[in-house]
Amino acid sequence: MSKEPIYLETPLSMDDIEPLKTGDVVRLSGALYTARDAAHARMKEAIEKGERLPFDPDGQVVYFTGPAPARPGHALGPAGPTTASRMDPYSPLLIERGLRGMVGKGVRSGAVIKSMREHGCVYFGAVEGTAALLADCVKEAEIVAYEDLGAEAIQRLVVEDFPVVVVNDLYGGDLYSEGRERWRRSVG
Amino acid sequence: MRDVSAEAVTKTVRDLCIEANTRLPESHLRALRRALDDEESPLGREVLARLLENADIARERCVAFCQDTGYAVFFVEMGSEVRVTDGEIGAAIDEGVRQGYEEGYLRKSIVRSPIDRINTGDNTPAIVYYDLVPGEDLKLTMLVKGAGCDNMSALKMLTPAEGLPAMKEFVVETIEKAGPNASPPVTVGVGIGGPFEKAAQLAKKALTRPSGEPNPDPALAELERELLGAINATGIGPAGYGGTQTALAVHVESFPTHIAAFPVAVNLDCHSHRTASIKL
Repeated sequence: MSKEPIYLETPLSMDDIEPLKTGDVVRLSGALYTARDAAHARMKEAIEKGERLPFDPDGQVVYFTGPAPARPGHALGPAGPTTASRMDPYSPLLIERGLRGMVGKGVRSGAVIKSMREHGCVYFGAVEGTAALLADCVKEAEIVAYEDLGAEAIQRLVVEDFPVVVVNDLYGGDLYSEGRERWRRSVG
Repeated sequence: MRDVSAEAVTKTVRDLCIEANTRLPESHLRALRRALDDEESPLGREVLARLLENADIARERCVAFCQDTGYAVFFVEMGSEVRVTDGEIGAAIDEGVRQGYEEGYLRKSIVRSPIDRINTGDNTPAIVYYDLVPGEDLKLTMLVKGAGCDNMSALKMLTPAEGLPAMKEFVVETIEKAGPNASPPVTVGVGIGGPFEKAAQLAKKALTRPSGEPNPDPALAELERELLGAINATGIGPAGYGGTQTALAVHVESFPTHIAAFPVAVNLDCHSHRTASIKL
């Protein structure tokens, strides 16, 4: 499972994500959009009202994170992934609009996984307790919407070689359940 | 009677907030290194190596190990022969949290109500539990409690007839349900006994014990070892990617309970296990 990393540049195309398989180690470069609970609730509201979204999801990758404040001289404070399942009620709205990737941690719902496979979107895992390391891969950060939400504002990050692992691919693969089954042992 | 000024409490709390968030406890780092040696899954070893690298960066640059700088939880042991002067201890702790979270570039994650969800802006109020003890020490133990793993915690009111086997099953089942969401390898705090809220509080306090230090009661220490083995057999592994190191330590705390009761609470802490302690 520990393979050579696959290097990808965002925005992602179907050609980029079709070859990806559960367990693949990927390094992402280019733009990532941060959004977590409150920002997703607002995007849902915007969609329901027929308003424009703060960014066009087509081909983009969303990163579920709420960074800590940056020290002077840093583009971004520590920024690891948050639990993705809290975004499950919202994610299909963005996936239907062309979102190609999500970065977070933790299990996704059946509905989200179905939507990903139907519309073409991959779920990547990052490691929450590597927040300071991950922030090192962020070269630029700019708030694009909902500044009043503080750490929950939508930011456009420009990242370089951001380390992730494919959790859910387009073919029903799921690293969490496959990994657990592979390493499960019986106890006496 | 010994006097401690409210100002000294504030300064100590400020320093504890920054220290706990940027320097992982040595006992936890040792547990992570041991897990790296023992982990059989290559992807699991990669995750553990990254966690250790992240700990070095956080310490060297004095930045938060994890962006979720949590609830600021304090266990205060207040000696009967010590008093806080020129202010009230609760207000002094809150002021320390306010200063520590601002000056330490730590995220403010507390909302004033679960319903309206407006951020308090300074990570207060601190969550404080007081124990009155003999002597003239004032001891503050901080636990930085992230929400991802706290959300996966659970409490069950077992019956005496269900007893110990059901208790073990409930602990392992809680870990199984949490899976990757609790950010393993986890530290597991288990509280048994007391009424409802006592079990939960014991489970939280159990997390502040140095990682892997066994309960002084040999029967509970044996229970901790058994639970750790069962949890590491689940296969969840580091970050939930599969592996043999799902928990670094299990700490069980027990308390007298009612003839009709067997409460059990399981409080999980993620791989960003952050705690620090000081005597004033």
